[in-house]
Amino acid sequence: MSKLIKEDIDKFFIGQFEAFENSLNGESKKPLHAKRKQAIDNFKALGFPHAKHEEYKYSNIAKIFGKLFNVENLSDDSFSLSLDEASKYFIPELDAIRLVFVNGVLDNKLSDMDTLPKGVHIQAIKTAADDYAEDFEKHFNTHEIEGADNFSELNTAFTNGGIFVKIDANAVVETPIACYYFNDAKNADVISQPRNLVIAEKNSQASLIESYVTLGENTSFTNAVTEIVVEDDSIFNYYKYQNESNQAIQVGATMVHQLGKSVFNGVTLSLNGAMLRNNLNIAIHKEHSETNMYGLYLLDGKTHVDNHTVVDHKVPNCESNEMYKGILDGQSRGIFNGKIFVRQDAQKTNAFQSNRNVVLSDDAEVDTKPQLEIWADDVQCSHGCTVGQLDTDQLFYLRARGIDKQTAKSMLLNAFASDVLSNIKIEAFRTLIENKINERL
Amino acid sequence: MLSIKNLHASIEGKEILKGINLEVKPGEVHAIMGPNGSGKSTLASVLAGREDYEVSSGEISFNGKDLLELEADERAKEGVFLAFQYPIEIPGVTTTNFMKTALNKIREHKGLEPLDAVSFLGMMKEKMKLVEIDQALLSRSLNEGFSGGEKKRNEIFQMAMLEPTLSILDETDSGLDIDALRIVANGVNKLKNDDNATIVVTHYQRLLDYIVPDFVHVLFNGKIVKTGGKELAHELEAKGYDWIKEEASIA
Ligand SMILES: Nc1ncnc2c1ncn2[C@@H]1O[C@H](COP(=O)(O)OP(=O)(O)OP(=O)(O)O)[C@@H](O)[C@H]1O
Ligand SMILES: [Mg+2]
Repeated sequence: MSKLIKEDIDKFFIGQFEAFENSLNGESKKPLHAKRKQAIDNFKALGFPHAKHEEYKYSNIAKIFGKLFNVENLSDDSFSLSLDEASKYFIPELDAIRLVFVNGVLDNKLSDMDTLPKGVHIQAIKTAADDYAEDFEKHFNTHEIEGADNFSELNTAFTNGGIFVKIDANAVVETPIACYYFNDAKNADVISQPRNLVIAEKNSQASLIESYVTLGENTSFTNAVTEIVVEDDSIFNYYKYQNESNQAIQVGATMVHQLGKSVFNGVTLSLNGAMLRNNLNIAIHKEHSETNMYGLYLLDGKTHVDNHTVVDHKVPNCESNEMYKGILDGQSRGIFNGKIFVRQDAQKTNAFQSNRNVVLSDDAEVDTKPQLEIWADDVQCSHGCTVGQLDTDQLFYLRARGIDKQTAKSMLLNAFASDVLSNIKIEAFRTLIENKINERL
Repeated sequence: MLSIKNLHASIEGKEILKGINLEVKPGEVHAIMGPNGSGKSTLASVLAGREDYEVSSGEISFNGKDLLELEADERAKEGVFLAFQYPIEIPGVTTTNFMKTALNKIREHKGLEPLDAVSFLGMMKEKMKLVEIDQALLSRSLNEGFSGGEKKRNEIFQMAMLEPTLSILDETDSGLDIDALRIVANGVNKLKNDDNATIVVTHYQRLLDYIVPDFVHVLFNGKIVKTGGKELAHELEAKGYDWIKEEASIA
């Protein structure tokens, strides 16, 4: 297998698109397909982002894709994931609306959505384009957002296996929606491009968890997009959890359109993978909204995690809080890029950002970059980033009380992570993450 | 119990301790006094096992063990306790959780079962009373945002919980108002018995009115230059250190 360069990769995906198009029967006249075609045209202009692309300077997806991915050994659509096997990766003790995807496609048999709570609608995105045509037309890939890039275009072009979720107005949904994305890389390399649209209507409350797993030793490439529309007086909680295989490459964009006066809480947890790139793009369209973004990356080995976040304050009187924390061991690499836009109209904005990192080994590396673009004058913004080691005074204090080095380290790192973890409001999920962290530390 | 012979220690290439000799027997209280920068905290840190210091020569034996061979946590398990001059703040770790971990590590070392929740809470309550520390304080992050006095009290609370055989109190009196001083001293005295010993580092005679020392040592420029009974502390209080410095430079 020879290594692919960017041009090969572009060609490969364009070829894939043609094959995909040929497999669609009678869909080519539908509005959804027009969007796909528009997207692939947009993609063609620049192709796969590579290292010369400013936003992918540290995360050369094209390079690692070219190195790890074997296009001649591509998985066909047959897979054999049993519920037994899948359930090992479900969040224990969690009462959830369970949606299981295999290679980017919703699998009805593995999912558990027979009895949905009142006010919750879920179905395959393809059919939703017809059944919910009005919502679709209004919200699917229509809201422009900072941070969208060519990976998002590529994903739009392949819109097929994802889901459509609608939370009706006034519905308070206690049960979280848990999406488990499995890549079956047991026999071959696999590509998945799930594309989801979530609409939280007025005065609703709901939570969504997205968890990513690659099975097997072959390479997976995930290019996911989840669009979330949040309307007036709604609260939406979003969790992303990545405990991937060492051969997993992932680009994922979560695009949040806070169209109404609303609260959005996001927590991103990254534990393992080859290269994981998270784009969390949030646009605040209505006054008196609140946006909270938390993240924890706990990395070792050669895992590379890149969190790019954008919060775009378009209107006055909103608040955004962002806190990302990293713990890096081995030869791992962490990147944080946090953009805050405060538009000219967005007076009285409060925007806070912090990124703190603890580096445990000489070979681990962190790049952190806050980017504030502030056009309004009456705003309160602060940002701070730190990269350091464990505090030796703190370590000594614990050890002077009889606590061995390993335990002392683990206590300090847990304490460091705790103010991110405390924002996981789903207890069973928080317990799982705490256990995973304890196993590691 | 503790025997220090000709101890030399340096930090970043600078020698701070220049030949310390000290013998401490069970049941004794030793006071160490001396001007700022003379090396008192350095001695305390070296005893507790801080790794930043390099011990270039000398010996420390503690209950027959070579202390210099042991890591900080192993020393604590053997019964060495340092009440810090400047207690460290640790956000995200509560005092309660910290004490439970520490206590059970020490118990494990002694071959004892971990304390169950009920006994632990009972013990906490009892020791809290001893130093009159508030429950609310202990459920907060360790020392975070504590006042100077609260931090010092917390040190003595920890000492009460861990029941060490050798306690080194590094300026536990500084930052305490007179009532707090009495409470803390009272706590220390109640913990005293024939089998344990205390080294009190202080600048002020007033603490020694409450914790009465058997010996007073003056540390100056990295050496113990004078040793006496409790009356030496009074003399220092009255005359300051200049005469000691003169004596030392003549010698
Ligand atoms: N990390 C360090 N690097 C260089 N010198 C140091 C370091 N730590 C301590 N020292 C020096 O060692 C000397 C002794 O300090 P130490 O803290 O032991 O004094 P002390 O007797 O406890 O003083 P005080 O009464 O002010 O508490 C001082 O001159 C101090 O500046
Ligand atoms: Mg000192």
